Amino acid sequence: MTVRIMKPVEVARYSIDKKPLYILDVRNEDAFVDWKIEGESIEYLNIPYFDLLDGVDEIKGELPKDRDILVVCAKEGSSQMIAEMLSEEGMDVAYLEGGMKAWSEYLEPVKVGTLKSGGELYQFVRLGKGCLSYMVIDAGKAAVIDATRMTDLFLDFAKEKGATIEHVFDTHLHADHISGGRVIAEATGATYYLPSQDAEEVVFDYHKLGDGLRVTVGKTLVEAVFSPGHTSGSTSFVVDESYLLTGDILFIDSIGRPDLAGMADDWVGDLRTTLYNRYEQLSEELVVLPAHFMEMKEVNADGSVAKKLSTLFSENHGLQVEDENEFRELVTENLPPQPNAYQEIRKTNMGVLTPDAETQREMEIGPNRCAVR
Amino acid sequence: MMETAHILDAKGLACPMPIVRTRKAIQGLSPGDVLEVLATDKGSTADIKAWAASSGHAYLGTETEADVLHHFLKKDSAQIEVKEGIPVMDLKTFVKKVDEDKSLTIVDVREEREYHEGHFPGALHIPLSEKESQMHELNKSEDIYLICQTGRRSGIAGIQLAENGFKNLYNVVPGMTEWTKQTKKGELKS
Repeated sequence: MTVRIMKPVEVARYSIDKKPLYILDVRNEDAFVDWKIEGESIEYLNIPYFDLLDGVDEIKGELPKDRDILVVCAKEGSSQMIAEMLSEEGMDVAYLEGGMKAWSEYLEPVKVGTLKSGGELYQFVRLGKGCLSYMVIDAGKAAVIDATRMTDLFLDFAKEKGATIEHVFDTHLHADHISGGRVIAEATGATYYLPSQDAEEVVFDYHKLGDGLRVTVGKTLVEAVFSPGHTSGSTSFVVDESYLLTGDILFIDSIGRPDLAGMADDWVGDLRTTLYNRYEQLSEELVVLPAHFMEMKEVNADGSVAKKLSTLFSENHGLQVEDENEFRELVTENLPPQPNAYQEIRKTNMGVLTPDAETQREMEIGPNRCAVR
Repeated sequence: MMETAHILDAKGLACPMPIVRTRKAIQGLSPGDVLEVLATDKGSTADIKAWAASSGHAYLGTETEADVLHHFLKKDSAQIEVKEGIPVMDLKTFVKKVDEDKSLTIVDVREEREYHEGHFPGALHIPLSEKESQMHELNKSEDIYLICQTGRRSGIAGIQLAENGFKNLYNVVPGMTEWTKQTKKGELKS
């Protein structure tokens, strides 16, 4: 039987459309526990490839006959070997092209809305890492918000849409992934905006992102709303008076953590003010579009991650804490582990460190951990 | 000096090949033999470690030199436990001590090839892989300074010597990597 090769774009369909899939993950146990392909319809078996070198007999019986089987490893090589061994035993299996490395870099573009003037708002869902980026396109112009380092995808997407990228924003200095903002701005001549409070050691030129900044993309208005708390400069955007891009302040089922720049105690007050006062003043009809999601169940059926602000006010765990001390405890104690290499990632996003592509990839390995619940 | 260092060159090979080759190479060795695996695939460290644990070999450690990873494994020796270590002496203090007293007993536990590429003047050479057979050459009551590339293998050797009744052991940290670097720059003398 021939071994099939499955691309990340195909795996995304299983993950989003909840199609049954059986993943044989042949990475180390530690790696698997730390981070894997998520999906509500996915079943898993984790056995390191080196325990199968003598043969796959012991697992043959465990593999299901009624769902597709995908063998996954870190970079592809081991999963291909194991898939071939299974295939020689007559089993119909696929392996993941590029392994978890490729999965981590895959972005699924999802249209989240048509703008009043006929423009479009796209969300780029990084399924493997939980990062969300955005592109506002209107009348041949585009703005990119919270771009990941896979910059070609954004550049190609704008080109395909016949749009010129004029504005590039980062809602804050990211600590969990490397920003593609500066590279996109350099490639297109666009203006790169960053909150100056976060830019401590930034070594390149950028435009200061301040409260109330208004930028038009074609005929669509993008307005900055200062919303500190995850970082001291964190800024949200209201797009077309209809969408609220919250960055890492407010997620679908959780809120931002204030400690990634080492200031949990100082910033918890800011976080509370932003979530419980600043956002209260905005229209409840706004559709919240965060910069991250944590679990597949936050992903809507159409692949988007979006919910009305009014819904979040009544359902989001982080918005239900009336008592200030309780809130302080929630966001400063029992925090999840910090993201892999987050200090180096911050320095890279400030231009202080300039790691090569392979190192950047390794720095981003692992799950996203920007939220508290 | 016996030449028993077993080296597997897996440089340039991507996963799963470093492990596939290591597994094959170790099959041809005797229990207790040390295998040094050279690799450039960064993922090989975690994999070698996990593979050794699941197949009963001792993972002695990994040292990095000019982008090449040197993994050290001891066949069928998973029972080697890294217990409480022996006292550590930092390299600077050690170098000063050597200056004052030329008769110190220094034992370099690295493999043959590494020792020949450069070692501390006057250092005895007893590779970790042969330590058991050559232990009797040493005096249990005198001060012994153990050194390797980084301090990892000398630490393991120290624990084993301590278990065999050696009393006054010191692990020189960091080891030869730093010494070689600094003597080239003229910062350290011995």
